[in-house]
Amino acid sequence: MSKDQYVLAIETSCDETAVAIVKNERELVTNVVASQIESHKRFGGVVPEIASRHHIEQITLTLEEALTQAEMTIDDIEAIAVTEGPGLVGALLVGVNAAKALAFAKQKPLVGVHHIAGHIYANRLEKEFEFPLLSLVVSGGHTELILMDEHGSFEVIGETRDDAAGEAYDKVARTLKLPYPGGPHIDKLAQEGEVSIDFPRAWLEDGSYDFSFSGLKSAVINKLHNAKQKNEEIPPQDVAASFQDSVVDVLSTKTYKAAKEYGVKQVIVAGGVAANKGLRSALKDKFKEEDCELLIPPLHLCTDNAAMIAAAGAVAYQQGHRSGYDLNANPGLDLEMYGKRGS
Amino acid sequence: MNVLAMDTSNDVLGLSIVKNGIVAGELMTNVKKNHSIRLMPAIDQLMRDTQTKPEELDRIAVAHGPGSYTGVRIGLTTAKTMAWSLGIPVVGISSLKALASQGRLYEGYICPFFDARRGLVYTGLYDTKLNLIKEEANLLMSDWLASLKDLNAPILFLSQDTALHKDMIEEYLGDQAVIADAGYHYPSPSYLALAAMEKEPAPLHELVPNYLRIPEAEAKWLAQQEKR
Ligand SMILES: [Zn+2]
Repeated sequence: MSKDQYVLAIETSCDETAVAIVKNERELVTNVVASQIESHKRFGGVVPEIASRHHIEQITLTLEEALTQAEMTIDDIEAIAVTEGPGLVGALLVGVNAAKALAFAKQKPLVGVHHIAGHIYANRLEKEFEFPLLSLVVSGGHTELILMDEHGSFEVIGETRDDAAGEAYDKVARTLKLPYPGGPHIDKLAQEGEVSIDFPRAWLEDGSYDFSFSGLKSAVINKLHNAKQKNEEIPPQDVAASFQDSVVDVLSTKTYKAAKEYGVKQVIVAGGVAANKGLRSALKDKFKEEDCELLIPPLHLCTDNAAMIAAAGAVAYQQGHRSGYDLNANPGLDLEMYGKRGS
Repeated sequence: MNVLAMDTSNDVLGLSIVKNGIVAGELMTNVKKNHSIRLMPAIDQLMRDTQTKPEELDRIAVAHGPGSYTGVRIGLTTAKTMAWSLGIPVVGISSLKALASQGRLYEGYICPFFDARRGLVYTGLYDTKLNLIKEEANLLMSDWLASLKDLNAPILFLSQDTALHKDMIEEYLGDQAVIADAGYHYPSPSYLALAAMEKEPAPLHELVPNYLRIPEAEAKWLAQQEKR
């Protein structure tokens, strides 16, 4: 029997300083996330400068916490994985340079990981992948449909042409004067409301798997603005429910169509918005009669974390990918290009 | 004691390895290139050239600002994480003090500064023994120079950004001001290493950048809170 392989990963692409250890690609050993939400609440959003500042205050503490929880030392770790992009450049820089310092000091191999590949691989900590698989990635910065034929290969078959779904959530939440972060608040409010307003759904051209949410966002803002002008009262629960219904309808319908067209064995939901109750239940509904398996990660693996980076990094490491000491933060890292690196 | 010192707080990338008080190797470049890409390969190279293994290091020194936010963070993250993983102390030294060290044989006051745009500078005042005489601050060069006039003593100015402020320095201080030759305007990484041997290390997790000013977004927010 070969010896157990432990990969330690660092993720600092936005406002969470996270370190995790994963054993043999699929087993979560420890997952530490130092969230900055409280600090950014004051500003109603993530302030990049402040995020970087927090990361540098937290990074060694978070590393230490992860090893302490795992009852391990750095010497037990086989490779270091880190998010190289996409994300906020100043935030990414802290993780990338910490990972390089760790890799150099302890002479360990280093593997750069794409943040979205991480979100997808979070699911592999729960269930082994079966290819081909389709992944719907929805977060504050992403709305994408990604097809995978094998490990480490990513084909983007649909993406947003304007706002990410999470971004639309945040803007609508701000208009409804909900606290930051807005997504979970809208989701909660929507559960109490009724779908009474007919908001637009952007289906785009026939056969397209792309998304667009800016029209919907404007429609919601206009509706609220007009009602205010006329002194009309629209229950915010109904606005939330109707807005969410539109988003979820488009997301789940396009995912379903793509799953059919590509004959996938699994459909994976990934990214922060995967925590959304409305989206979860709509997808479960769509796929309940289907052969293909629907995987939605548990909440702690939906939001940004380092376990997902360790899971994706462990596979990349197995496939022989290595990053040099010149690894840099890449805020615009492309997923397809990342999948093709070295080949 | 073997010390690795690094400075990426401004345009200069400086590295030094000092072994038992002897400078074993030094590396300095002054090019506007990405420290994040270049720092670790440079450390790797200098460690090889001086035949130093990471586990042979006893201490890490880092210029912890002021300077470019990004540069300071790259250096500090690297220094902190290396020290943490090797289980050795890390010592933060002011980037201004590292620059002031270039004038340490000068009989008089030493004023290192970095341009901080819009007439502002990061600066402080040191004596020939590198004791801090006037607190480091981020302020208008004109205000700073006016305050130096009262010292009635010669002051050596050290800065890569001298050309930007030369006229104003001479206007305010006349003969009181001495502007060093080109070779002196770059912080010495070996001085960082030597200074770190003398300084008591602070707890590792608590080492944070020496910003000297708060980010704009936070400043705006604080100002708004004041108004309320
Ligand atoms: Zn994410």
